[in-house]
Amino acid sequence: MELLIDIAKVIIIAVAVLNLIPVLIWMERKGSAYIQDRRGPNRASILGIKLGGFIHNIADVFKLLFKEDIIPNKAHKIIYILAPMIVLGVAISIIAVIPFAAPVKIGEYVLKFQIADLNVGILYILAISSLSVYGILLAGWSSNNTYSLYGGVRASAQMISYEVAMGLALISVIIYMGSVRLDEMVTMQGANFWDWNFFRQPLACIIFLICLFAETNRNPFDIPEGESEIVAGYHLEYSSMKFAMFFMAEYAHIVAGSMIFVSLFLGGWQVPFLPASVLQGHLPLLLAVLMQATIFLVKVIFCCWLFIWVRWTLPRFRYDQLMYLGWAVMVPLALINIVITSILVSR
Amino acid sequence: MLSDFSLVLIFAIISALFIFGALFAGRFLRPSDPNTVKSETYECGEKAVGPAWIGFNIRFYLIALIFVIFDVEAALIFPVAAVFKKWIAAGQGLVALAEILVFIAVLVLGLVYVWVKGDLEWVKKFAQEHRNTGT
Repeated sequence: MELLIDIAKVIIIAVAVLNLIPVLIWMERKGSAYIQDRRGPNRASILGIKLGGFIHNIADVFKLLFKEDIIPNKAHKIIYILAPMIVLGVAISIIAVIPFAAPVKIGEYVLKFQIADLNVGILYILAISSLSVYGILLAGWSSNNTYSLYGGVRASAQMISYEVAMGLALISVIIYMGSVRLDEMVTMQGANFWDWNFFRQPLACIIFLICLFAETNRNPFDIPEGESEIVAGYHLEYSSMKFAMFFMAEYAHIVAGSMIFVSLFLGGWQVPFLPASVLQGHLPLLLAVLMQATIFLVKVIFCCWLFIWVRWTLPRFRYDQLMYLGWAVMVPLALINIVITSILVSR
Repeated sequence: MLSDFSLVLIFAIISALFIFGALFAGRFLRPSDPNTVKSETYECGEKAVGPAWIGFNIRFYLIALIFVIFDVEAALIFPVAAVFKKWIAAGQGLVALAEILVFIAVLVLGLVYVWVKGDLEWVKKFAQEHRNTGT
């Protein structure tokens, strides 16, 4: 029975997350259109049903499935095929430790709404997310093309630079919370929004958010694929479903990153002013869980919208500015934050 | 009851299956009609000149080296950070604080060294070198 529950959890969460990706792509297209004062996708339809342009995503999937898959002669074939798989697989695997609702006690059994409550929690996220550098670097290298190589090298240098600042920002959060388990951290933040970490650890929150943008290679940090300089960067030579893998990986990264950000800084599944004990005491269990999961989803979608909003508002950084921001601003700020936090906590 | 890490493994396997499935399904649907022109390197539409696997800017290696040092040190702070509150509760707060501060001091020292050497600046150092050598 427990095995069945575990397997069901794995499948439901995987499907739910994969379904968020097309929603996000739709949000990006429509959002960018309205930011630029145009209508966005509104032509594709099935029997006259347009769903506000959402059908375009389905059309895209079929288009990419039926496209010829070109592997350049000069490319390193095995790595060329492997790279998009690594990128997407890593992006999805990050989600394994995210809690979606408060644990529910049914008799003796405690039902947790996360795939795995790892005791290393945040360290797992850091370890897995740093693996995506490999996928991007290998993709850039194996295409055997100067622009792809530049894109891959730029991406890896950028991602590892911001990873340092991200890890250091997380250290101060861990000092403040005294735990690395995500579920515990969400529970500890409580139901009042002024107890959430974006209020208690504002500097760490800002550093983490900026590093998240850099890690996902999104504007204003999208130099690795800067289309005006190096065509499309590391996925220049890819076509058909392999390109779709990179495309999905970008959005899977945004979803995963938003989920981490929400869990760490925006109180995760905490419903404002309604602690889990109150919800579970006064409402049917299922309703309480649904309410928390919905609130979590709303927060995540808001964060995803933030990614899109920033992309269509800010221009791109220059590469030296980006490196300077990473090492000379983010890292020292994160170090100062650790010192301040540890002194405040030990008082 | 599966252990937590095996659940993570199952999750990773399911995502891998999804990826393989998506790539494999396309195999039966898409045309395959390669020819010599089509399978040339695209790059930017023009004929690619010279090999692509060339040496690139040495700074990328430097950044990677700095990253390794910083990340290892950051990894060493994580355990201290995780037990910090427990140590304070046990009356060992000052020891833990001193430990963290020593680590941070080492990190800051490394950062200052790299900064003074000019490895964090991409353009300025280059221009200065040119001015100094008169080239």
